[in-house]
Amino acid sequence: MSIDKDTVRKVARLARIAEPEERLEPLAAEISGILGWIEQLNEVDIDGVEAMASTVDMELPMREDTLQAGPTGGGQAENVTANAPKSEDNFFVVPKVVE
Amino acid sequence: MANPTDLTLAQLRDALKAKELTSLEATDAYLACIENAGDLNAFITVTADKARASAKASDAKLAKGEGGPLEGVSLGIKDLFCTEETLTTAGSHILDGFHPKYESTVTSQLWRDGAVCLGKLNLDEFAMGSSNETSYYGPVVNPWRANGSDAKLTPGGSSGGSSASVAAKLCAAATATDTGGSIRQPASLTGTVGVKPTYGRVSRWGIVAFASSLDQAGPLTRDVRDAAVMLKSMAGHDEKDSTSVNRPVPDYEASLGQSVKGLRIGVPKEYRIDGMPAEIETLWQSGIEWMKDAGCEIVDISLPMTKYALPVYYIVAPAEASSNLARYDGVKFGHRAKDYTDILSMYENTRAEGFGDEVKRRILIGTYVLSAGYYDAYYLRAQKVRKRIFDEFTDAFGKVDLILTPSAPSAAFELGAKMNDPVQMYLNDVFTVTANLAGLPGASVPAGLDKDGLPLGLQLLAKPFDEETMFKGMYALEQAAGFDAKPDEWWG
Repeated sequence: MSIDKDTVRKVARLARIAEPEERLEPLAAEISGILGWIEQLNEVDIDGVEAMASTVDMELPMREDTLQAGPTGGGQAENVTANAPKSEDNFFVVPKVVE
Repeated sequence: MANPTDLTLAQLRDALKAKELTSLEATDAYLACIENAGDLNAFITVTADKARASAKASDAKLAKGEGGPLEGVSLGIKDLFCTEETLTTAGSHILDGFHPKYESTVTSQLWRDGAVCLGKLNLDEFAMGSSNETSYYGPVVNPWRANGSDAKLTPGGSSGGSSASVAAKLCAAATATDTGGSIRQPASLTGTVGVKPTYGRVSRWGIVAFASSLDQAGPLTRDVRDAAVMLKSMAGHDEKDSTSVNRPVPDYEASLGQSVKGLRIGVPKEYRIDGMPAEIETLWQSGIEWMKDAGCEIVDISLPMTKYALPVYYIVAPAEASSNLARYDGVKFGHRAKDYTDILSMYENTRAEGFGDEVKRRILIGTYVLSAGYYDAYYLRAQKVRKRIFDEFTDAFGKVDLILTPSAPSAAFELGAKMNDPVQMYLNDVFTVTANLAGLPGASVPAGLDKDGLPLGLQLLAKPFDEETMFKGMYALEQAAGFDAKPDEWWG
């Protein structure tokens, strides 16, 4: 299936990537080329085949719902915000979202 | 005493234990080599002061006869592993200035065992690429050149910094990751050994995620023994990764040299593809003969789903990547655009500036195949074909113990040669990507040179969690191939 410029514009918006108008046409051509190649999957008989998301044959492990020690634990807002481009008092700072 | 950088990791480990040299001597020798190898562009960050400090600490332990299994050996770390307080870039502009507050499980295990970190190695941006040309920090150059040519060749990708630095002896060994072939293809193109373990064998915690159901870390080394030593330290259960499997880590080094007599080696006819150089076919035949001479039984097998593996991969991997890379939004870490009017334009401009073309292309494809109306036609179908690929391998491994194939469809090619044709670039992973989709362990072992004097590798695939049999086979291949060619040192 080939995709057009308008579809690329829409998908880029969904993906939160600003693509300039002049890139939309070339991107549509590139992505159509790749999707065309992928289309060979339509030859495969998938009747009754279950979809596979993981190759690991195990139950998702469960643990007690308690605070963990170490880097995945709580109480470290300073570490969490340390790499933010903009932060204040251990809060992330973003442009105003509510008028 | 030989030059410390000429020693393999296992030799260096033994020499350090025997006090024939110090870790500081070895570390300084490596740092000098790295400084001299700027032409290769293998490192993004060199952590010289940290390396010397931990080498001294290792020497203090070694002097007392103490220390872990990797005490004092100098490693390079692919810049996809988070390292505490050391810049971690994933080869991307969008992670500018990111200094993690934590250490990945794999690297923390390497430091626990005494290894010294020389620095962070270049890679394709977010590990998306097969030639190391998508890195924001520029391509890595292969230390190997074709006979009589000074053209710059790719070291493979995405672990191009890892493969080039091991081949050029800039570190004793390196860590790498493999989502579709990113350990094994670079190993093949640089005459080094690369091991992708079974999915779940090595913790993914603290590794920058690309495609979570496919990503797996492993070693890139000068020989098979070094890979066995490295994997022992890297592997193991980790509660912080819910797909990490809780089973004991064997002593892989003990498998080396064990007889391969009676092992059944599968040879899949579908791994013969159009346009593959005759030398690769010939080398594969040599590999078959070597295994036969070692007492293995050769079994012809058929894996007809092979041709669909790459198209499946180019749905599943971008789909997972588009979700994983949603976190790069200019809020939590890294780059934020300067110009924006509201939060939406901040996200959009940050991501437009921060990601390179290949990463954007894959995010767009991933977003498209997951979007309403296309999910069933692309993503669901791909997951079903993935199951058929998995089942085909399960059946094959009912009849054979290992599968032998070429590692890559070509030797190292010139930088720039495939950048304008994504599908041609993707075909680099045609022999490796099946193992990621099926979760199998796979390894590339250097086996010979082509007519231009460039290295070629052979791949072994094994049953899930049967890395021990794979190492037996790898060692037998290595012994039979007797590959001892080295690149001429043109850099520096």
